[in-house]
Amino acid sequence: MVYSKRVDGRKIEELRPMEAKAGVVKNANGSASFKIGKTWAIAGVYGPREVVPRFMANPKHGILRCHYTMMPFSGSGERIKPGRSRRAQEISMVMELALAPVVDLSAFPNSVVDIFVELPQTDAGTRCAAISAACIALADAGIPMKDMVSSVAVGQVDGTVVADLNYNEESYPAIVSDIPVAMLHNSKEISLLQMDGEISKQDLIKALELAKIATEKVYQLQVKALKEKYALEHNEDKNDRQ
Amino acid sequence: MSELLVQERSVVVPGEALAKGMDFLPGDNSYREKDQIYSKVLGLVSVSGRVIKIMPLSGPYIPRTEDKIIARVMDITISGWRFETATAYSAMLNVRDATTRFVKKEEDLSQILAIGDYAVVKIINVTSQNLIDLTMKEPGLRKITGGRIISINSQKVPRVIGRQGSMISLIKDKTGCDITVGQNGLIWIKGTAEGEMKAEKAIKLIEAKSHLEGLTEKMEKFLGESA
Repeated sequence: MVYSKRVDGRKIEELRPMEAKAGVVKNANGSASFKIGKTWAIAGVYGPREVVPRFMANPKHGILRCHYTMMPFSGSGERIKPGRSRRAQEISMVMELALAPVVDLSAFPNSVVDIFVELPQTDAGTRCAAISAACIALADAGIPMKDMVSSVAVGQVDGTVVADLNYNEESYPAIVSDIPVAMLHNSKEISLLQMDGEISKQDLIKALELAKIATEKVYQLQVKALKEKYALEHNEDKNDRQ
Repeated sequence: MSELLVQERSVVVPGEALAKGMDFLPGDNSYREKDQIYSKVLGLVSVSGRVIKIMPLSGPYIPRTEDKIIARVMDITISGWRFETATAYSAMLNVRDATTRFVKKEEDLSQILAIGDYAVVKIINVTSQNLIDLTMKEPGLRKITGGRIISINSQKVPRVIGRQGSMISLIKDKTGCDITVGQNGLIWIKGTAEGEMKAEKAIKLIEAKSHLEGLTEKMEKFLGESA
């Protein structure tokens, strides 16, 4: 049986409905909310600020530190233990590596920029949502960046290359692969590439081509979220004048 | 043939292409790659002649010499005070830059500035590692007593001050408060309780509406109404 119709009825290259907003956490220096289907990430950026513990400080440039957390109730009912886990630690690390190529902290030696990402609801593709949210939050915080990073998963379900797998597809009873990809917008460099499952060489190439189109859609939304926040301030002003 | 890809005063995001061709030059917060110029921060485009620069809409305060800032004493050392500056970096105020009078060797420095005190200070030196030296020996620079301190985004400080200080003197006139604006985004307001409240509200309003043209007239109206 070929996987021709997706479990939620999407087209093979179609992403789940997305929503993004900048500036949702007023206390933070920059923040963002990013939703893709049922997966929802909220990112808050603090800094540049003093590094604690001190030994982590780098005198040549500032450092980037990510904290990825799934909320206890975010899964499908089974309570997720809060705090650090092996998985959260790994995802925090790959997030740092995915964002590092664009963030320029050379003007802030011995400092740290902290990115906190919380996921109130999850349905596969959390690291991608986390990276996309973190990138909006970093831009909102005014951190110098040479480009934007957009992230989405692609993969293969029973021989069909698809974009943005949800949990039901990831756990489809056949050969499945899930490939989270993060891409820089201008250079199309890949800054995150991981894989679960199996895929053939041709399908992988096809999947990465699809990732280019898919991340571009995420990028458009990220830009819209950022411009909306500041355009909104313009509009409020106009309303006040009337 | 060079071509500008964005409009003056439009909002751009990091990595957005600003211009094509070699005739334009990258200014503040922008960079060139091959024949294109890209933005490096979220901000407003400003073109002057051939130079394109981006005025950031948010972001951290970057310490510069000659900047007047408001800072809090975090520690007292053998030769002076260490200040928190609302940045990632602390600043040093040496005893000889703190006061014009003679300070004896065994004198208790906390009599001059205690831990937790705020002071209006000026940056006299910033190194490449962002180590900051301060002075308190010029007119207007002193320890802060009374009043309240509020904090705003440092990128909005120019709007709070206004052209040639027009905005800040308007608030001072209308509220009868003494207001000192630090370039790092900390503001000291001192006056009557009502005046301080009004000034604080006015400043927060400017921070929120800093994009508006004709902000001074708007503020005049706001301060007039609540008087």
